[in-house]
Amino acid sequence: MLVVPALLALFMLFVYPISSVLLRSLFSPNFTLEHYLYFFKTPLYSRVLWITFQISILSTLSALIVGYPIAYVLRRARPGIRNFFLLAITLSFMISLLVRNYSWIIVLQRSGVINTVFTTLGLIDTPFKLLHNKFGVMIGMTHIFVPYIVFPIYSVMMGIDLNLEKAARNLGATRWQTFWRVSFPLSLPGIGAGALLVFIMALGFFITPALLGGRKEQMLSNLIQIQIVDLLNWPFASAMSVILLIATLIVFSIYNRYLGVERLWGGVKT
Amino acid sequence: MSKRSRKRAARFDPLHIGWPLWIVSGSAILFLIAPVLLLIPMSLGSAEIIEFPPSKIGFDQYRKFFSHPAWQSAVLNSLQVSAMTAVVSTFLGVLASLGLVRGRFKGKGLINAFIISPMIVPLIVMALAFYISLAKSGMLGTKLGLVLAYTPLTLPFTVLPISATLRGFDRSLEHAARILGASRFQTFTKVTFPIIRPGVLTGAIFAFMIAFDEVVIALFICGSTAVTLPKKMWDVIRYEIEPMLPAISTLLFLLATLILVLVGFLQQRLARRMTAG
Repeated sequence: MLVVPALLALFMLFVYPISSVLLRSLFSPNFTLEHYLYFFKTPLYSRVLWITFQISILSTLSALIVGYPIAYVLRRARPGIRNFFLLAITLSFMISLLVRNYSWIIVLQRSGVINTVFTTLGLIDTPFKLLHNKFGVMIGMTHIFVPYIVFPIYSVMMGIDLNLEKAARNLGATRWQTFWRVSFPLSLPGIGAGALLVFIMALGFFITPALLGGRKEQMLSNLIQIQIVDLLNWPFASAMSVILLIATLIVFSIYNRYLGVERLWGGVKT
Repeated sequence: MSKRSRKRAARFDPLHIGWPLWIVSGSAILFLIAPVLLLIPMSLGSAEIIEFPPSKIGFDQYRKFFSHPAWQSAVLNSLQVSAMTAVVSTFLGVLASLGLVRGRFKGKGLINAFIISPMIVPLIVMALAFYISLAKSGMLGTKLGLVLAYTPLTLPFTVLPISATLRGFDRSLEHAARILGASRFQTFTKVTFPIIRPGVLTGAIFAFMIAFDEVVIALFICGSTAVTLPKKMWDVIRYEIEPMLPAISTLLFLLATLILVLVGFLQQRLARRMTAG
């Protein structure tokens, strides 16, 4: 019965607030589906839904591309280097999200580090536009997601017997074949766990598109904020929130089905 | 297979990492850590604009930050809200973990999943949910409102480490205490709690960090009366050019380092206790 206080708190502070969003979206004051219909009928909103999925898929892929080699090296490196890598990843993971995004503003902006270096060296005349576009959002989101990708892949790789690779080589496989036919398939469960976790996070991302994106990179979360704060359209914002929540739950149920909810912790624990 | 390639296969060492892989993984690590490290030298600039590289070196920005009343109150608000959240969430987390790990009842898996579920709800949805409910009860712009919003958000992060610690707990120690005449309460305070304390502290630190860094919910609930540090930083990043920001970022970076060392230390102590027990 010791669970009861936590359950009561969750009912009051989680279930009740979320259900009031659901009710807001459906009753005004009589039952209506108009907000949902409006969302799916208006091209702007369908486009934002598409952009949200697109940015989520792309940032998940790019986090995989950056994270996989790190995990691969972590599995094989000597303890000294492995600890250094782990320290760097964990530290980056612990630093404030705002600080991490802000650091990219400093690096990427018009008068930022990259443009200063390139213009001082005389390589370019007009500064690159690296911020407030898709590139900026992708860099910022990838930077945040990489640790969530590395940890599950690394933990799966730790369970792989490296003698399998030796056997493949002795049976005549090239290095390349050994990787694609043995090492890579065996690490797939880690890739799946990391990618789904990151994808779920990406769908609801708010901070990075707002700070590093332009008008074309605003995701569903950002539109919900505009509806609440600027347009005071709570019922429509509620309907959009329910749509976002359902999209997230669909992806999560895939995760749960194949990997189990317990694995979520694997992405958080370091 | 030719003789040469057979020889090469025989010499194959799965632990070998070729130089292209070193370059790729090294750059990836650099990508993760370099931008934040770059903020440290930039925080020492004294100019009114943010320059790279800084032209005058000094600690002016730090001095300005610590003497600025608006930033002071933001830091204070954040500390209060995060500490309160950590206390509430850890208290609920210890009770829930005890119930979940030791209780024998149906639907344990379901309750576990329910407690963890706030983790996957998008923050903007939680923000709107609390905006609507707190507006109804007139609690927008209060620190209490923020603590209430952060409690479900941080609960998974206290329950998970605490219940993990409890699962590895040797219950014969408790039986021994009981046989030797300790009451149930004494057994908990004198035996159980001291052993699980590193797990509890880890959970509390996680809860504190999450609340200390949270910005999306804060944007909606802070108003102008309970502005937290992340909310203030957000406003400044979005709408102004503030030469103090690299200094504030550096301080937050140092905080993260400190927390990392602390959590590492706690994990070590926990590991030692588990093997000693």
